[in-house]
Amino acid sequence: MDLNTVWFILIAVLYIGFFVLEGFDLGVGMLLPFIGRNDTNRRVVINTIGPHWDGNEVWLLTAGGATFAAFPMWYATMFSGFYLALFLLLAALILRGVAFEFRSKDENPKWRAFWDWSIFAGSLLTALLLGVAFANLVRGVPIDADMNYVGGFFNLLNPYALLGGIATIAIFLLHGAIFLSMKASGEVENRARYAAKKLWLPVVAIMLALLIATYLATDILERLGVDPFLIQLTFDAATMIVGCFLRRDRYGWAFAMTSVAIAFAVVTMFQIMYPRVMISSLNPDWSLTIYNASSSPYTLQVMTIVALIFVPIVLAYQGWSYWVFRKRVEGKPEKLTY
Amino acid sequence: MDALILARLQFAITTIYHFFFVPLTLGLSILVAVMETFYVRTGREVYLRMTKFWGKLFLINFAMGVVTGIVQEFQFGMNWSEYSRYVGDIFGAPLAIEALLAFFLESTFLGVWIFGWDKLSKGVHAATMWAVAIGSNISALWILIANSFMQEPVGYAIENGRAVMTDFFEVVFNPNIFYMFPHVLMSGLATAGFFMISISAYHLLRKRETDLFRRSFQLAAMVAAIASVVIALNGHSQAQHMIESQPMKMAATEALWETESPASFSILTIGNLSGSGEVFSIRLPRLLCLLAYDRFNCTIRGMNDLQAEFEAMYGPGDYTPPPVIPYWSFRLMVGSGFLMIGLSIYALFLVMGEMFDRRSKALKIFQWTVLLPYLANATGWLLTEVGRFPWVVYRLVTLEQGVSNIVSAGSVLFSLIGYILIYSALIVATVYLLLKYSKAGPEPSGQADAPESDMGSRDMPSLVGAED
Repeated sequence: MDLNTVWFILIAVLYIGFFVLEGFDLGVGMLLPFIGRNDTNRRVVINTIGPHWDGNEVWLLTAGGATFAAFPMWYATMFSGFYLALFLLLAALILRGVAFEFRSKDENPKWRAFWDWSIFAGSLLTALLLGVAFANLVRGVPIDADMNYVGGFFNLLNPYALLGGIATIAIFLLHGAIFLSMKASGEVENRARYAAKKLWLPVVAIMLALLIATYLATDILERLGVDPFLIQLTFDAATMIVGCFLRRDRYGWAFAMTSVAIAFAVVTMFQIMYPRVMISSLNPDWSLTIYNASSSPYTLQVMTIVALIFVPIVLAYQGWSYWVFRKRVEGKPEKLTY
Repeated sequence: MDALILARLQFAITTIYHFFFVPLTLGLSILVAVMETFYVRTGREVYLRMTKFWGKLFLINFAMGVVTGIVQEFQFGMNWSEYSRYVGDIFGAPLAIEALLAFFLESTFLGVWIFGWDKLSKGVHAATMWAVAIGSNISALWILIANSFMQEPVGYAIENGRAVMTDFFEVVFNPNIFYMFPHVLMSGLATAGFFMISISAYHLLRKRETDLFRRSFQLAAMVAAIASVVIALNGHSQAQHMIESQPMKMAATEALWETESPASFSILTIGNLSGSGEVFSIRLPRLLCLLAYDRFNCTIRGMNDLQAEFEAMYGPGDYTPPPVIPYWSFRLMVGSGFLMIGLSIYALFLVMGEMFDRRSKALKIFQWTVLLPYLANATGWLLTEVGRFPWVVYRLVTLEQGVSNIVSAGSVLFSLIGYILIYSALIVATVYLLLKYSKAGPEPSGQADAPESDMGSRDMPSLVGAED
């Protein structure tokens, strides 16, 4: 396997890490106004993700940095092409990130309400935009012979991409509700369990719709044939099995299953793209691939060594941070940090 | 306005805004870690309360540094995509390494630090703040390695019309980084030092929590004095390096239009409106030679000379930065720097005499000194970046070549207005919170039977004593 493929896989891994981890904190953010009905409850909700959301978000930053280092053409084409969408994403991430830190620093109910809605809106917009962006990546976008995106902002808002955005919101909501069921206690826990059970069936339906739409809107069938079948099967099975675990109140297992489903959804996307990284809808020859978009072999070698040393270290200490906060968050106001 | 001007304006605004928060993060993370280490070593509650008080201010500031930093990482691709294509092979690597080595470290351990007070042993908890401090400062190191490539490109070759890395270690050990990183590291400590000096002065003046703020003032005065002096010494060698690596930046900084030998130092120069010549100037003879080469005789090349040379090498065009920005940035930065040295040494002198909390006139001044490092930080970057004009990467990529060619002026205007609105609202909220928590002071002492002496214990063990 050449280093270009290694880096394609590594970036996929970074996005898997990002979607699985930030997925639940985005979901929890979106559930905040519905599950947190008074201030203490809202603080419980936010405190379940408090220690983790920032570290989770770094997976996106690292994926962005890795794309720049390994595939600068991909980084340049995507980031300049999706300009307005990315600006909105940044605005959402800024508001949301500041909101976590600021909301409890003042007693004024209006102050808190503003930041709580920022968390909700920022989480929703982030999930929507990520879904739309990735759906466009697998569907293909107008890219000319000079590797430039030549569509506008509204080109990105095609029906398939919007379905991708809705599906991302849906699975993150479920993922977040299950995480809350695991980590919260009392009223919040009960409402989260209820939400998870109610959300499951609609999520399955949306995922199914996305799957069908993917076969219609992308070239998955002609390129991969039945090859992705196993991965698709795992993805579907995982989404289905979530329901069984939810009925038995096994939230740890349910969470593992939504994680698997999200991970395999990302794998599917990267599988459709490979070896392309930006699919041109104008001419297949104009697509960016892991070869014509990549850095020099030397840079890829250097970065491979760096990644081999530091990715395991990051995984170890981030894993440790989850272990430190393995206990449920209690609803005692004096114990809440955010 | 065209897209290039707007993109430059946006980069300038978002970068200066980002760097409004970064130095305090860099310095205060270290100082909070030091305070918590004192607490672990001595078990004295006052250090715990110090840690929590300064830690809370640190967190408000940190959040802003993080979220405005995301914009910076994405902006290269969004607004400077041609630049990203041309040098991505080299420039992307330090950025990715920064994320992998530093962002994960600081973010993950900060989460543990904030929420881990009753979940970890004291020692491990203090260690998490050290991890945050190390992460933040490593992050500065790698982004400055990336910036050093823009100032002084090394370790690359041009292949198939773009720059490729030929030696990673040459890129990492760029000569420029040895001047730039210490400068930024020490600026962080000085910023944190003056931040603590001002807030401590505010409370000492009002005789609140005297013990806690005396200790804070002591620590801060020591750090600020050392850092300010190192900054000046380092800044001097940095300028001497600059005259070799970027003579045009030096000429613009000194408003030196014509080559001069021996070169004089400008006390005050007023240029004409187009910036192409001087109208009025007061100069000290030979002083620039002393600063630039440590001797009284030298030749410093002027902007007109360098412009002609650049035109001969790179074709017709404007290769001269607008001198008014580097010229005044430099003077404001150095002026603030010298004031900082004077003030922090005076603060240290008061601390040594153990009389600083009685000098209310001095404390009244110290309340406001926090503004100096912020002025110096912003003007320092203006000098560094504007002085490189018109190059994004010195002698390699110009602004015009680097800007995204498919992002319309309308799109950039939209995002620029968006950033201005969001950032303006956030700075109001941030300053409001910082003032609120600074003025509120630390949480009341938890132990009723151990009131921290407000009487200003004369026999108070100083920080040196706290080490046992």
